[in-house]
Amino acid sequence: MSRRDREGAGRRDAGLGPPRGVAVLAALAVVLIVLPLVGLVLRAPWSRLADLALDPAIRTALRLSLTASLVALGLSVLLGVPLAVVLARVPFRGRRIVRALVLLPMVLPPVVGGVALLAAYGRRGVVGGPLAALTGVTIPFSTAAVVLAATFVALPFLVVTVEGGVRQLDRGLEEAAATLGASRWTLLRRVVLPGLAPTLAAGAALAWARALGEFGATITFAGNLPGATRTLPLLVAVELERDPELAFLLSLAMLGISVAVLALLRDRWLGGWRGGDADRGAGGDA
Amino acid sequence: MRPDPRGPRRTLAALSAPMAFLAACAAGPADAGGSGGPDPLVVFAASSLTEAFEALGAAFATIDGGVPVVVNLAGSQTLAAQLIEGAPADVFAAADATQLARVADAGLLAGPAEPFATNRMAIAVEPGNPRGITDLADLARDDLLVVLPAAEVPAGRYARAVLAAAGVTVVPVSLEPDVRAALSKVTLGEADATIVYTSDVAAAGGRVTGVAIPADLNVIATYPIAVLAGAPAGVDAAARFVAFVRSAEGRRILADHGFDAP
Repeated sequence: MSRRDREGAGRRDAGLGPPRGVAVLAALAVVLIVLPLVGLVLRAPWSRLADLALDPAIRTALRLSLTASLVALGLSVLLGVPLAVVLARVPFRGRRIVRALVLLPMVLPPVVGGVALLAAYGRRGVVGGPLAALTGVTIPFSTAAVVLAATFVALPFLVVTVEGGVRQLDRGLEEAAATLGASRWTLLRRVVLPGLAPTLAAGAALAWARALGEFGATITFAGNLPGATRTLPLLVAVELERDPELAFLLSLAMLGISVAVLALLRDRWLGGWRGGDADRGAGGDA
Repeated sequence: MRPDPRGPRRTLAALSAPMAFLAACAAGPADAGGSGGPDPLVVFAASSLTEAFEALGAAFATIDGGVPVVVNLAGSQTLAAQLIEGAPADVFAAADATQLARVADAGLLAGPAEPFATNRMAIAVEPGNPRGITDLADLARDDLLVVLPAAEVPAGRYARAVLAAAGVTVVPVSLEPDVRAALSKVTLGEADATIVYTSDVAAAGGRVTGVAIPADLNVIATYPIAVLAGAPAGVDAAARFVAFVRSAEGRRILADHGFDAP
């Protein structure tokens, strides 16, 4: 790190660095992002920290959020890793279109995702309509709807991260293993997946954080009922109008979770701080 | 993903079409607002007042001494929270006295709150009432999906008062953040029934059917309105709007949208 910085300083002295205005704007960018977080930390009622563990409404929402986000993560890994492998390794017509479609939920406004989920799985939906008519099962207002909404928004994060990881793998290893007679399954299980572990962990952390934070699609598609569909982010919105202090406290807790996820990803995205291997993996793709 | 020399230019080209579309959409209402005219009046109104206040605002812009009106709509408790957090607004029209009192207690009113309309509750069901819901007791049927406005919003409080008066216990499948969100679950066909204001049933047109709640079980919801201290558009303009809402013309517009006189 220090060697790099010295080089940078040298370049600035020679008049080759970015103009001063760039540094000012860069500092403004940091302020824009950090200031609200500082505000949250300052305004949160730290004296009520124990409420986080004791308040029954929070415990109910926390249990639901953990369950739903972990199931969503499981589904994302189960379906997302195969999709990532196919996108990275199997050339087929329309691959770019499939990738673009799969990544769409990352850029879609969450409430639009909720409307789309209603259009598919609602009682009048393309799938939900026949399902309700045949079995009497309806998806909206259920915990299944919360999981579906969370998976819808989380899966792309896992796919994009893992696909980048697959592309970075050393194909020489796989060719060697294949030459030695390893079957396709053995290759996947013994060579590809172990090499993928770090990327998979990073993708899983991102996908889980996104699933845990899901709000717009959930309130639109799943509704808002304690114990069934009222997740932590929905509880924050409810408490903001009933007990704002508690909403600040909950927001602080979710900020803490996000920081923990970043810490988990530090080798990947904050690597530059420790020696400049920030480009390792697929961080640039996301 | 892969270095692609065409990448950035193609991305920009792809983005330009939706951006141009959005810009074209945005240009329309901005022109209608009239640049260089007087500051628009910002009115925070309970979500049940959506159509009524859009009509009142449009009418107020055309009268002598009137100005354009921008209406911010949400559940009364959301609006009260926004005002207490410092949202700049000129007028607050709430669906009950409780939420207006929260704002008054925070010292944010320029004058007294005055009643301007009343409303009642009704059961909203799917068009034509396919599930045969005839009274409040039916809402306890376990073959129905019932949503209610959350207890924090006035409509949710009134709905619970009505159910308590009828001695009916409902297990809702969702508690919606405002009365219009509850109504939309029925208009979308996701829920079989909800309890909303009679004015909401009127506003939904044919998209829901209303089932009346008998007067002896019903509540009369009184809507108060007040001028906010430090009104950015000026306390005078805000007071003129409040007077207009309470005038004969204002009452007529409110009556057209299913509200009664206080």
